[in-house]
Amino acid sequence: MRGGHDLGGRQGFGPIKPERDSAEPVFHSAWERRAFALTMATGLLGQWNIDQSRHARERQHPVAYLGQSYYENWLAGTERLLLEAGLISEQELAAGVAAAKTRSDLRVPGPDDARKILTSGGPAAREIDRPPRFAAGDAVMVRRRYTTGHTRAPDYAQGCRGRIHDLHGGHVFPDANSQGDPVAHHLYSVEFSSRELWGGDAETFEVLIDLWEPYLVHADANDK
Amino acid sequence: MSSDHSHLPSDIELRAKALESLLVEKGLVNPATLDAIIETYQDKVGPRNGAQLVALAWSDAEFRHRLLADAAAAAAELGFCGRQGEHLQAVENTPEVHNLVVCTLCSCYPWTVLGLPPVWYKSAPYRSRAVSEPRSVLFEFGTELPEQVKIRVWDSTSEMRYLVVPMRPAGTDGWSVEKLSSLVTRNSMIGVEAAMPPEQAAS
Repeated sequence: MRGGHDLGGRQGFGPIKPERDSAEPVFHSAWERRAFALTMATGLLGQWNIDQSRHARERQHPVAYLGQSYYENWLAGTERLLLEAGLISEQELAAGVAAAKTRSDLRVPGPDDARKILTSGGPAAREIDRPPRFAAGDAVMVRRRYTTGHTRAPDYAQGCRGRIHDLHGGHVFPDANSQGDPVAHHLYSVEFSSRELWGGDAETFEVLIDLWEPYLVHADANDK
Repeated sequence: MSSDHSHLPSDIELRAKALESLLVEKGLVNPATLDAIIETYQDKVGPRNGAQLVALAWSDAEFRHRLLADAAAAAAELGFCGRQGEHLQAVENTPEVHNLVVCTLCSCYPWTVLGLPPVWYKSAPYRSRAVSEPRSVLFEFGTELPEQVKIRVWDSTSEMRYLVVPMRPAGTDGWSVEKLSSLVTRNSMIGVEAAMPPEQAAS
């Protein structure tokens, strides 16, 4: 979906204004710390995956997404996932008080479980038996696709031509994973020139974008 | 902030607190787990991890080779592994090529080696402009590259995570890994700055 989150190349946001590297705290207030931890801890319940949690943030109204800070978007996404999974109700969220019992089949990780999960990680790479459709050096084009669902093909690259720079092997495909289907497709690093992305008046540089096979066609093919 | 005596809790503070107490009451989160998560990312995982990798790569040609070939495995040698670092690629700056990392769609970042991202990395100005005008972005960080240096911007759209290996500053011959690592700033490993020159290092 082309929500408020799909920011590559958008204009009008002004200067970056970074804080000094050495002076910036990890969290800027106590509630950010709690919002971060609540998002991580509820994620460990295993009721949704990373693409579903990204999609929950992206589905917000663009004005809300762009007007809120990063952790406000996390908190909003977490509330939505909890509601949609039926783990809490709107009434409970509004009141901040539990009205119903929690499902008994949930395993709630303790601190040692959490440390173990966070340090072991969860790889997205998968063995797949289909050979890759593209090879390094191939000219490709990013399909223009209309979807209201989650996708990791950024809008600014859709319809543009690039070259396969590298193959990453099979990776879980976000578009399907966000619908609960963890199918894997070949993932490629694709290189684009700034001229192709933005036209000849742009600065000269290259952008490398990780794109899955279903996003791509051979550049000489007609199947846009 | 808590030091401000006139401070009243904002809506967002109340909302975060309300959600936490609800989830604890319903038994959906364990308060000790929340503390363990915060401790991990506030105190344990951070850019000093990445700085050690870079300093080691500057000092040890074989380690540099391993880091560039498979950064996740090289990071694991030092015990840096876990969430948001499963698929790590190191990209090396040279006199010809300068690398810059962004995530235009959210804020993907290599947590295992850099910790949690800074506010500017997650901001709309950086996410929108890094892929459309990287030279002006670098200029805002005080980084001016010679015209002939090729800029490569890595948009982290998948679970691949990118770590920039900045160039080793001149005048650091014979420095220990530890001393070298003090020159490797977080921003230099995102690619918005060069590593710190030795004369700026705290002695």
